[in-house]
Amino acid sequence: MVNLKVDLCGITIDNPIIPASGIFGYGYEFADYYDINCLGTFSFKGTTRDERFGNPQPRIAEYDYGVLNATGLENPGVDAVIAEELPKLAKVFHKPVMANISGFSLEEYVEVAEKMSASKQVGWLEVNISCPNVHGGGMAFGTDPKAAATVTKAVRAVTKKPIIMKLSPNVTDITEIAKACEAEGADGLCLINTLMGMRIDLHRRAPLLANTTGGMSGPGIFPLALRMIWQTYEAVKIPIVGAGGVSHARGVIEMMMAGAAAVEIGAANLVDPYICPKIIDDLPGVMKGLRIEDINDIVGVAHRR
Amino acid sequence: MKQVNYTIDGQRQLTDEVYEICLAGDTSAITTPGQFVNLRLEGLYLRRPLAVCDVVDGHLVLIYKIIGRGTDAMTHMQHGDKLDLLVGLGNGYNVNACGDHPLLIGGGVGGPSLYWLACKLLEMGKHVTVILGFASKDKIFYEDEFRRLGTDVLITTDDGTAGIKGFVADAIPEAGNYDYVYACGPEMMLRDIYNATTVDGEYSFAGRMGCGFGACRGCSVKTKKGIKRICKEGPVLTRGEIIW
Repeated sequence: MVNLKVDLCGITIDNPIIPASGIFGYGYEFADYYDINCLGTFSFKGTTRDERFGNPQPRIAEYDYGVLNATGLENPGVDAVIAEELPKLAKVFHKPVMANISGFSLEEYVEVAEKMSASKQVGWLEVNISCPNVHGGGMAFGTDPKAAATVTKAVRAVTKKPIIMKLSPNVTDITEIAKACEAEGADGLCLINTLMGMRIDLHRRAPLLANTTGGMSGPGIFPLALRMIWQTYEAVKIPIVGAGGVSHARGVIEMMMAGAAAVEIGAANLVDPYICPKIIDDLPGVMKGLRIEDINDIVGVAHRR
Repeated sequence: MKQVNYTIDGQRQLTDEVYEICLAGDTSAITTPGQFVNLRLEGLYLRRPLAVCDVVDGHLVLIYKIIGRGTDAMTHMQHGDKLDLLVGLGNGYNVNACGDHPLLIGGGVGGPSLYWLACKLLEMGKHVTVILGFASKDKIFYEDEFRRLGTDVLITTDDGTAGIKGFVADAIPEAGNYDYVYACGPEMMLRDIYNATTVDGEYSFAGRMGCGFGACRGCSVKTKKGIKRICKEGPVLTRGEIIW
């Protein structure tokens, strides 16, 4: 028997597979398709203080190796999430969940963090300072080390739960942001969020997305995500949740060898709603083939040459 | 929703760019006319949504138009080849909402989503009138299939080479009495139908989707009854909830 259990910022999860925020709603809808308790955990839809419709249509574009989205943080707002979404989730998911939170001001991050932190269902706060699809918030906090540090410090002050800062790849040096978050008390980091990209509609001769730009995800961004995880692993001591284009068990192993303690799966869920349980089922076989008994043994192993 | 691997049981070309494909496999998750399927196609990252045209004896009939690489490759698929589909997606039409004389209106490849609906309505003893709109005479398909069911069929063509010259909304005055509208086609067409009629009805939208099963919120729209996902609460919206 191989070991898939990993420690994520003080909470043991059954396996390192985590559906990423934005492609998994508040989780309960996937319970119609499979028993979501097979997951390590999942990160729910990015939640803000107030209800948001998000960006106008169209919000979805495609490229050869993935998808672009400009959803713009559509969500019912933190109070409705706590009053309506989390009770629905409690019926079908019996593990700590990762609460993905976002804001347009420091005060908003603090308020949402404080409210989410009070929920017993929430294990970790994943603080999104990297959404490329909203203006005046989100990524603005994640592209400057000082701003990232300020958000981390402010959220740290209002919660005892582990804080995972979700970082943007749309920066010159992601390790500077990572170090700033670590210095202010982040328990972990998640990287990478989507890369800012765009497509043009050839018939309309205009940007395809109503928002002009969108966040790229899917297999096309995997090598870039891997490189950033590699660099960040050498720059910080806190655990890294890897994310970016993973769509099979071998990709999970590769990302963990680069330094990820756990791995989020995003775009692949859109193409195959059963991808996460498939990866969890595949992992032991792939590990045996690579002579890995305990998945913890490979975290960052590629750095020890 | 269910993921099903179907086996291609036959394919036929209906016009220069429209094909009918018949798939054998588990259709148990497809419960209502107006639902759709999401196809995985070689070389395309996202799946492609297609309306269910007909479900009969463990077979699923779909109609598709060549739009790009994926659908072009589909035309070369042979009897016995496999296709990976998510089926039973979305909420379809409510067959119990209409009176004795429903009017079904479809534009281009929006027409097929009304075929299984017409079958169900006829079984219920309704008098069904269908308006099918096309660009020109050589683009017409499924006119005979709808007639064979026993529906009254009106054809429109943009250029007047067959049927009534104009768009589908131009044929509504010729449709006689009707008490309810079921419509499927491009948004501009749906809006024209909405403006040309006063009775209640259901309108099937072709939103630009990410997942097709409610996960990504890529296709959300505002309605009078709150935010709805075209892929999950739709693709069919009632007249009373649409905001244009």
